[in-house]
Amino acid sequence: MSKKNKIIGTLFIGTTAFSAFLIIAIILVMLIVIIIGGKDTFSWEFLTSFPKDGMMKGGIFPAIYGTALLVVIMSVAAVPFGAITAIYLTEYARETSVLAQTIRFAVRTLATVPSIIFGLFGLGFFIKFVGGGMDNIFLGGQLKWGQPNILWASLTMSLLTLPVVIVSVEEAIRTVPREMREASLALGATKWETIRRIVIPGSRSGIMTGTILAVSRGAGEVAPILFTGAAYYLATLPTSLSDQFMNLGYHIYIMATQSANVDQTLPIQFATTLVLLMLTFMLNLTAVIIRSRLRKKAK
Amino acid sequence: MKQPKIQTRELSLFYGEKMALNSISMDIPEKEVTAFIGPSGCGKSTFLRTLNRMNDLIPFVKITGEVLVDSLNIYDKQIDVVNLRKKIGMVFQKSNPFTKSIYENVAYGPKINGIRERKKLNEIVETSLKNAFIWEEVKDRLYDSAMGLSGGQQQRMCIARALAVEPEIILMDEPASALDPISTAKIEELIFELKKNYTIVIVTHNMQQAARVSDYTAFFYLGELIEFGKTRKIFTTPDNKQTEEYITGRFG
Amino acid sequence: MDNLIENKGFVFSKESLRKKFRWSEFLSEKIISGVAFLSITIIVLIFVFVFRETLPIFHHKKETVKIESVQKQEQYGGAEASGPTNASGQEQYGVTTTDTMMIENQARVEDTVVHEADEATVKSLIGKEWLPVSDRPRYGLIPLLVGTLKITLLAILFAAPIAILAALFSAAFAPPWLREIIKPAIELLAGFPSVVIGFFALMVMASFFQDIFGYDTRLNAFVGGIAMALAAIPIIYTITEDALTAVPRSYTEASLALGASRWQTALFVTLPAATPGIFAAVLLGVGRVFGETMIALMATGNAAMISANPFESVRTLAATIGAEMAEVVFGDTHYSVLFLIGSLLFIFTFGLNALAEFYVKGKLVKRFQGK
Repeated sequence: MSKKNKIIGTLFIGTTAFSAFLIIAIILVMLIVIIIGGKDTFSWEFLTSFPKDGMMKGGIFPAIYGTALLVVIMSVAAVPFGAITAIYLTEYARETSVLAQTIRFAVRTLATVPSIIFGLFGLGFFIKFVGGGMDNIFLGGQLKWGQPNILWASLTMSLLTLPVVIVSVEEAIRTVPREMREASLALGATKWETIRRIVIPGSRSGIMTGTILAVSRGAGEVAPILFTGAAYYLATLPTSLSDQFMNLGYHIYIMATQSANVDQTLPIQFATTLVLLMLTFMLNLTAVIIRSRLRKKAK
Repeated sequence: MKQPKIQTRELSLFYGEKMALNSISMDIPEKEVTAFIGPSGCGKSTFLRTLNRMNDLIPFVKITGEVLVDSLNIYDKQIDVVNLRKKIGMVFQKSNPFTKSIYENVAYGPKINGIRERKKLNEIVETSLKNAFIWEEVKDRLYDSAMGLSGGQQQRMCIARALAVEPEIILMDEPASALDPISTAKIEELIFELKKNYTIVIVTHNMQQAARVSDYTAFFYLGELIEFGKTRKIFTTPDNKQTEEYITGRFG
Repeated sequence: MDNLIENKGFVFSKESLRKKFRWSEFLSEKIISGVAFLSITIIVLIFVFVFRETLPIFHHKKETVKIESVQKQEQYGGAEASGPTNASGQEQYGVTTTDTMMIENQARVEDTVVHEADEATVKSLIGKEWLPVSDRPRYGLIPLLVGTLKITLLAILFAAPIAILAALFSAAFAPPWLREIIKPAIELLAGFPSVVIGFFALMVMASFFQDIFGYDTRLNAFVGGIAMALAAIPIIYTITEDALTAVPRSYTEASLALGASRWQTALFVTLPAATPGIFAAVLLGVGRVFGETMIALMATGNAAMISANPFESVRTLAATIGAEMAEVVFGDTHYSVLFLIGSLLFIFTFGLNALAEFYVKGKLVKRFQGK
């Protein structure tokens, strides 16, 4: 009986271990395949030059530029709002209040809404309602803002990344010890002074982690920008908020599914995927390191 | 007894339904050291925190009765808690320096009060640190992080930080409980100096400490004030049997 | 000792302690609470604006009915005035004067055709054909729904066991150093953009599995399902791991004390105690797969057909929006139907999240607190 038990036990533990290693193996295979596929094309020139010959050759600079611009505008919108929401949840709201619970539920819901829905919302709200409204009021119906552009795409993306920022900043704020808040209040500081001078500086690293994670998420998501501003090919870089833009993820999608000769551009596709993966990987790794340091400090 | 600085009148405190302090009335004299003693959970720290309204921060706390400071009820609706706390400083059990430089820690209160002038700030920081007996130890490293100080130094710096706001009363919540004997002795010496200018209320776990530093002692048990009087009397001829048992170490 | 307090006057006065109104305090609190409201506002706005764009489908239908009844009245009126003649008779009566009438008539005929088509749209929603771009567009959602469910089922069948077992390994069996490697590694998978997973599935996995299984359609539900599983695994793993480590020590210690071995304790005590959490993990995994767009677009073949064969192509709801939204005319029926699909997706994932949140949380609290 006990011997049989031992065999079952070994098998069972073995199965669980196998599952864990299978996942890691898949990750490694993906990484290796993408690195091998992309390494020959990947070069400084590839990163810094424009596509050539109907995107059959050349680099991906406009896609990198567009992605960078997207995440910058997105962060400008998402980080302050996310951080302030986190401050509300930790400093002002009572844990048990209906409002706080509702906000928490809303944040978690936002985190699980499919990204394509954000795209639809961006189209229905930002482009048609806000943009179209702006055109009607200021430009007498001339079409400028009522069409996909980088501003609307970035704002759409900022809604998607808002929960990421909120969760990270909240976690960081909770590592600021209660004793420090008490010390500040006991010295006659008001609540806002305490938040501004003690809580926010104390959670700087969390705000940074949140921003990095949001940027990483925003750089990799494609669904929300499919019809809110990403363009297949542009000969010039976007110069105004009302311009469309190229994007790394969208570039991969387009090249892999709709390019004239998919096989011929395969190296470009792999190299672009490699660039996107490296970008998100490095960002995530940085965030993980900062966060684990933060957690150790909290203990 | 000197002029009372703080008077409580039938002060009770509830956490939700649970009563934590039961109708406490006492007069705390001006420019003397008053010690609160009692077993843990007896309400002495809670009571101390009612004196600068720190309990306001905890949800579901209800307070009845009055706390008069210079005959002014600090629980009056017209009272501004922020300004009140500037007048009643507090030093906590665990030293809690901000993660800033020593200078910034001490200058924090004055800056909050709107003092921007560098010269004035320097002056306040220096005086406060001197008054807290720590100037000599830190004068060469004012701009280093306060986290680098030893526990005892941190605690004295926290006292300096409280002094910089120019309070009249200093509340101390077991200020030496986490410190070694030498640091504790320094804090006690400091308390002895400070009482010349400040009214000091100290919660302590250590009865010898209460006997050494305080002029008056209050013994708390289960949320009630059991006995209050001159320290010498409490420690030699207490009126109450429970006080005697606690002092002589039979419980607590 | 220096005395800081130079003017020792009567400082504890009613005057100096009178309640102050602080603008900065007031404004900061108002602004912060206002901003915090934003996430709720966004959810509400998403509801409003995604649904708003679907309205024309249902709105048109009513209008059609109304116009038709008006037209009938007109026809009756016309019949009374011109006697027992029909439209052809009208033409004979006044060739010179009825140019405008003719145009009107034609317009009217066209009108009815369009409206009939709209009515057909609503009817075709429950049909089995998704042919939005054709002479007679049909918007049958059934094949899309079936395709989505098929992919979801496949993905979860693959992801859930692996993720849960892996979580059990790292929570119960792995030595701490190994756990420190496995956990972040799997969490890094969550950082893979779905377009990268989709690309990998499209370029590598599809051919790889074709070599093994020898199926005809290179891109199919099976390939898509496995690719989606890669997106779902980190979610299911992370939440399951949290649920497993949240099981109170006393549970496992009691079991071990009774002489049960480590694997028996993990399988018969820890795992059952964490079921609500694992259930939530799987629900959230389902939500992720259900709404995933890029992987579906790239790896499933995108053919809207109803079939039980996992090696046939499918088209999911989300992929349909992603593929077609960029090419539709704003405001036409196709556009509204795509928004309708979006609403369905939104309602579904919202429901899943709410279920995971309230039901599961309630159960966990009950279980661990013995209420």
